[in-house]
Amino acid sequence: MGLIEKFLHTLNVPGWGVHPDDRKRPAADAPLRQLPLPARLYVPLLQHVGQPARPTVLVGQKVLQGQLIGAAQGRISAPIHAPTSGTIVAIGEITAPHPSGLPFNAITIEADGDERAIEASVAADPFALSPEAITELVAAAGVVGLGGATFPSSVKLALGKRTRITTLIVNGGECEPYLSCDDRVMRDFAADVIDGVRLMLHATGASEALLGIEDNKPEAIAAMRKAAVHFPEIKLRPVPSRYPMGSDRQLIQTLTGKEVPSDCRAADVGVIVNNVSTANAVHRAVRLGEPLIRRIVTINGGAVWQPGNILAPIGTLASDLLAFAGLKSEPARLLMGGPMMGAVLPHAKVPIVKGCAGILALNEEEIATPAAGPCIRCGKCTSVCPIGLLPLEMAANVRIDNLDGAAALGLSDCIACGCCAYICPSHIPLVQYFTHAKGELWSQQRDKLRLDATKRLATERAERLERETREKALAAAKRKADRAAQKAAQAASATLAATETAA
Amino acid sequence: MNTTLLTAPPPTAPHALASNGVARIMLSVAATLVPATLYGFWLYGWPAILLWLITVLSALLGELVSIKLAGRQAAPQLSDGSALLTGWLLALSLPPWSPWWIGVVGGLFATILGKQVFGGIGFNLFNPAMVARVFLLISFPVQMTVWVAPLPITAAAAPDFHQGLMIFINGIPKLDAVSSATLLGFAKTEWSRGIDLVHSLAAASAPANSLAGARSGSLGETASLLIAAGGVVLLALRIISWHIPAAMLAGIALPAAIAHAVDPTRYLDVATHLLSGGAMLGAFFIATDYVTSPNTKLGQLLFAGGCGFLTYVIRTWGGYPEGVAFAVLLMNALTPVIDRYLRPRILGRNWRGAPLDADVERAKS
Repeated sequence: MGLIEKFLHTLNVPGWGVHPDDRKRPAADAPLRQLPLPARLYVPLLQHVGQPARPTVLVGQKVLQGQLIGAAQGRISAPIHAPTSGTIVAIGEITAPHPSGLPFNAITIEADGDERAIEASVAADPFALSPEAITELVAAAGVVGLGGATFPSSVKLALGKRTRITTLIVNGGECEPYLSCDDRVMRDFAADVIDGVRLMLHATGASEALLGIEDNKPEAIAAMRKAAVHFPEIKLRPVPSRYPMGSDRQLIQTLTGKEVPSDCRAADVGVIVNNVSTANAVHRAVRLGEPLIRRIVTINGGAVWQPGNILAPIGTLASDLLAFAGLKSEPARLLMGGPMMGAVLPHAKVPIVKGCAGILALNEEEIATPAAGPCIRCGKCTSVCPIGLLPLEMAANVRIDNLDGAAALGLSDCIACGCCAYICPSHIPLVQYFTHAKGELWSQQRDKLRLDATKRLATERAERLERETREKALAAAKRKADRAAQKAAQAASATLAATETAA
Repeated sequence: MNTTLLTAPPPTAPHALASNGVARIMLSVAATLVPATLYGFWLYGWPAILLWLITVLSALLGELVSIKLAGRQAAPQLSDGSALLTGWLLALSLPPWSPWWIGVVGGLFATILGKQVFGGIGFNLFNPAMVARVFLLISFPVQMTVWVAPLPITAAAAPDFHQGLMIFINGIPKLDAVSSATLLGFAKTEWSRGIDLVHSLAAASAPANSLAGARSGSLGETASLLIAAGGVVLLALRIISWHIPAAMLAGIALPAAIAHAVDPTRYLDVATHLLSGGAMLGAFFIATDYVTSPNTKLGQLLFAGGCGFLTYVIRTWGGYPEGVAFAVLLMNALTPVIDRYLRPRILGRNWRGAPLDADVERAKS
């Protein structure tokens, strides 16, 4: 890079964010490998944002690869499919891929090794189909956002019906260090990704697609440029490597200059964002009739012997993947996802899910964390925050339990990207403060709602009782009056009779 | 592989950290002060070296005593380098041939009353080094305004180690023979005697205004170019950003340029202002103190602009010839207010904190 180019590049880098050592190579450059079929697969019912899928199979039932085993339920949900042919051996709790290690429901399949797939019928020309038909195919295939948010893709594509979508942003940012699965998808399946992008353009009615790829992936940029050359509506836009460039609001701002209002979704400004791997999944769903049953997972970290990207069926245990890649040393920490936002895995016996971009096995050296010290108010957290928040002030408020004070500073806008905690010279776990405060505020709000409901019920009961008493009293008074009137009438008639008799 | 629990309480993201730390920052700042300090040692000899040493040691002692009294662990806090830096900056702002007790009182005052009584690092409202300097200036005005002309350590007339030690312990023996006003002090005194700048600066007795630092003043004043060079290194290392130094120097330079253009016989020129007194030290090392300066870039511009402007006002119309310390302390007091009112705009919201208009954003292309 020449000096002038370098200078222009510096000007182009946004003011927010951090640039951690990306550690993507050599894993990113290793050829894609395919995992030998594991003996058992554990397919969780909830792998997406929304309602969990409802099992549609019974224990002991034989299933084919791609067969529906869990149906979507509710407006925001996604179905799940058998990643291979075999027998359903259990439907029940397994350890969730979550730091808590709490159990959650999954369907366990014993593979028969035949990989017999279900018959799929595909449209000869999907562009002749209506946008709704494409969206339905995507929904039926259980495609969710593969960048990590796991929002059901069909729901997103259907937004085009409700509000006019002008721009489809295809997210090839992959700004998390260590991860390279999207890089691999773009290098190895460039034509498929572009086809998926065209299908999504058709489904949403957007007129252009902007393909944002961080400039630390020159091979992916070259491959995508080649694949997109005949489609002028798909524009390649290399973006500076800056974490969190892969976050939708940051990418939208960088590529279009539009700022998504804090109370809106991207679609409200005419944009939707989809990941490159999602585009690939859409291609497979529509062109091949293949549901989302496998994905590319990055296996990386200092404890991994042969880091790289592995194509694995959904439901594969992390331990199977790690065994395939080999371990140099006992991992000091296991992560699902990248080091900036990824979750700690309690152990490796947890299945990979649709949104799992990588499993990292980090060694002691990589996770070394110095003890937290007092805040020196250096303001570095403020200058890196991609949202423009004041992390040090919010943390100071959370520390003294002034959660409302933290909320007034914009706590709810925090995306937990971790830039502040990454840069902090005092190593204060700022994200932990904010996550705690958000959870606490949420539970306070829930308590308040519950209290309000109780109060309303109590008030209603008091009113009802009062009304009943009043009505009873009224009824009693009426009865009394009636009786008195009756008596009077009887007395009168008796007197009359007596008078008549006397007369 | 072992699939039992790997770590007991789950640590939270991020699992990667930048390789910076408080100690690393403080020691980098100290390192950039080394050239200016060594140059000052060469110019002012043994008394200056001894004064620097005792000031730094006293600042560290004050920190140690306070931490012990508070019942906290001393090692992690002393090793963060902040007390060292406080003592160092104070030493650079003192008259180089001050007696030992100036350094002791100043160093102890800086870390105990300037910093630790507020709760230690991160909690002090005022810059500890400047608090101590102002305290010394007000309490001991005579000792704090005795400046000597540079006498390089290699010169024949320079005090050797024994003589230096005597000056350090007993004070300067033949004061009149070595004392010399600083340029700012000289200009002020002469003006008060009714002599305008054109005549006073042309006189033979006027202090030299040499870029190489052959002029009287504190260690941080005479080596102002080396101080500025150290500041540029801090900028390159991204330990400080350009906002505070640029705004503070502009805050001095703009009024100086205007006033000098209006009346050159009354007001000193821009270069003299920028290279004299604590301007460079203040702009790159004092006002940039993390703890006592605002957090946002906008706030920093306002804060440092105020530091510069007040410095100029005090120098020109105040009772003291130099005003960096006072100016910084006054603006330190405003820092919480600046931080409260100058907040960054949150993404997707306007400056008042209300969500942006979706239709306006949609129309952008």
